[in-house]
Amino acid sequence: MKRHLISAADLTRDDAVLILDTAEEMARVADRPIKKLPTLRGRTVVNLFFEDSTRTRISFEAAAKRLSADVINFSAKGSSVSKGESLKDTALTLEAMGADAVVIRHHDSGAPHRLATSGWIGGSVVNAGDGTHEHPTQALLDAFTMRRHLAGAPDGGPTRHGEPGDSSGRDLAGRRITVVGDILHSRVARSNVHLLTTLGAEVTLVAPPTLVPVGAGNWPCEISYDLDAVLPKSDAVMMLRVQRERMNAAFFPTEREYARRYGLDADRMARMPGHAIVMHPGPMNRGMEITAEVADSERCTAVEQVANGVSIRMAVLYLLLGGNEPAVGAPIARTEESK
Amino acid sequence: MTVSDDRNTLIRGARVLGAEAQDVLIEGGTIAAVGPGLSAPDAVVVEADGQILLPGLVDLHTHLREPGREDSETVLTGTRAAAAGGFTAVHAMANTFPVADTAGVVEQVWRLGRESGYCDVQPVGAVTVGLEGRKLAELGAMHDSAAGVRIFSDDGKCVDDAVIMRRALEYVKAFDGVIAQHAQEPRLTEGAQMNEGVVSAELGLGGWPAVAEESVIARDVLLAAHVGSRVHICHVSTAGSVEIVRWAKSKGWNVTAEVTPHHLLLTDELVRSYDPVYKVNPPLRTEADVTALREGLADGTIDCVATDHAPHPHEDKDCEWGAAAMGMVGLETALSVVQHTMVETGLLDWAQVADRMSFRPAAIGRLGHQGRPVSTGEPANLTLVDPAYRGVVNPVGFASRSRNTPYEGRELPGRVTHTFLRGRATVVDGKLA
Repeated sequence: MKRHLISAADLTRDDAVLILDTAEEMARVADRPIKKLPTLRGRTVVNLFFEDSTRTRISFEAAAKRLSADVINFSAKGSSVSKGESLKDTALTLEAMGADAVVIRHHDSGAPHRLATSGWIGGSVVNAGDGTHEHPTQALLDAFTMRRHLAGAPDGGPTRHGEPGDSSGRDLAGRRITVVGDILHSRVARSNVHLLTTLGAEVTLVAPPTLVPVGAGNWPCEISYDLDAVLPKSDAVMMLRVQRERMNAAFFPTEREYARRYGLDADRMARMPGHAIVMHPGPMNRGMEITAEVADSERCTAVEQVANGVSIRMAVLYLLLGGNEPAVGAPIARTEESK
Repeated sequence: MTVSDDRNTLIRGARVLGAEAQDVLIEGGTIAAVGPGLSAPDAVVVEADGQILLPGLVDLHTHLREPGREDSETVLTGTRAAAAGGFTAVHAMANTFPVADTAGVVEQVWRLGRESGYCDVQPVGAVTVGLEGRKLAELGAMHDSAAGVRIFSDDGKCVDDAVIMRRALEYVKAFDGVIAQHAQEPRLTEGAQMNEGVVSAELGLGGWPAVAEESVIARDVLLAAHVGSRVHICHVSTAGSVEIVRWAKSKGWNVTAEVTPHHLLLTDELVRSYDPVYKVNPPLRTEADVTALREGLADGTIDCVATDHAPHPHEDKDCEWGAAAMGMVGLETALSVVQHTMVETGLLDWAQVADRMSFRPAAIGRLGHQGRPVSTGEPANLTLVDPAYRGVVNPVGFASRSRNTPYEGRELPGRVTHTFLRGRATVVDGKLA
């Protein structure tokens, strides 16, 4: 495993499968009465958030705490950062306090890359979302969710809705994944294209042409403007949040037109194959990119994705900071026996 | 210092504009003789075997930062950097604090240049008050001032209002002025961070489309043709811009253009490092653009090389990409980059380098005493280059106050060994005099 997690593009297939398999082990811990491992006892994880993101921050916080790490939450708002302190000085401060890992969310694309390569800090850097660039742990939890549903049956095939299975060791070879929405501004889409392709999936991006970046033609995926044409060929459909502000920048004429052309409703969902799942990274705009009926259906994995996020982040922190010992193994058993 | 002000200088065996080796005798600020086997018993002798003698280089586009940002550069440090790079004249851009939009500010910059003594400083005046694009600055007053401004530019900002641009183009005809346009359609570049294309799509950085530059150039060459004015296009950076300028020139319109050294060498692939040393306006483009720019400079579509020397303090680059300032220093590496990209590729010979880096920019700026032939009776503004030199760029040795060079650690050819400003050596043996 590498020292940092900056981009999903940095992960090989084996890296990715190792993280997903480790997350499966972590998920089993969540089923225990005591959801805590001593693995990172004495280590310090800093959540350095320059952007508000309660969901991602608490997910990382829960993950670190379940591994017994000490967690420091550093929010840019109300701190020295809002008084003009540079990223560099903030980093030097965290370094001086002995941070073993810095989980960074930043509004500028590339900020985690700078943090990891500038020599400002010695610990591991985990990208928790940078500008419109990447969000690799989101892609990992998405792949984890897909793998459980689409490769979780004993024969490696799809499971019944609502019954994800253990798919350890497998990848997503041949699975057809459709990502719908604001690709231009989406760090989730970029990370997913990299990771899902690495895992062998075939990715199709669907959006109005205004929300597809110029230059995306080089990405290892298909691009379509026609959602209805793609749905019958999709094993999973991931709906991205579309910010209502985009309407004012003329990316599309009205919210209603967007919902009509690119929103997922029950009729459209019925055109998906029977085993196909609906995904959403949250937070959802019900009525915009997804109707309430679809969001609340058993095919929608949005809530499951949140739970899986904790397992994935535990796996990432463990693999970056921990080491070569099994994450969930004998030491835990002894701990429990000694009680 | 081996060359003093009051002694004559004999440059021996220099290849004048890259041609046959000649001797050149400088007497009191003027070239007294050019020919083989000259002798001058009292003169300081500069042995220039194998070196190229060029007319002193002229930069149309330099940010000297004074007044206002003396932490990044001053007129003194900037002109020292210019001399070290072989320049004998620079045009100081108007985006200072306060903006050079009045006779008072341009005269201040002009006076600081005279006091520095390293290089002539010709101030550029702002086109509009405060570079805000709304109200014409007192262009006539700046022209009539001691600074004698001929080039006007809101560089850093585009004169995007078509009517303001038209009026400016027309108005400066009265005193043979020229508007130098920073072509950047503002709406198309809101939040822009780098060239829009394959790399920006991957990096998730706001895209700066080529069309934002090209559409403004197209409009402005048409405007210039319509009102019969001349227009100069700053730092052309795309293949499409080269085509538009080529088309305008084919019509016989009075259009000139410049390209920076960095756009002749670097591409947006470098942005993958997220290192803000590569953040610049206009942004680094693609390999195809670099090729078109080199061809355009070679065939004369692009008239000249201009550095867009843009010094910034360390903290403005030692940060995340989005927070960083745009710009690169360039005075001290310009000639080396041109040798590397244009001479060693066979696209330009040294006589053409003299044209693109001295004759043409001096003509565009109407500097009568700069960009002159290397011949008897001409002002002794001269640059001596050792083209065989190979060295790794190390900004620690820069004369500029800033270090934001994209070439650090890169090997580049050529070295300015001597620079003469009106006969006085400003650089001797590669060191500032």
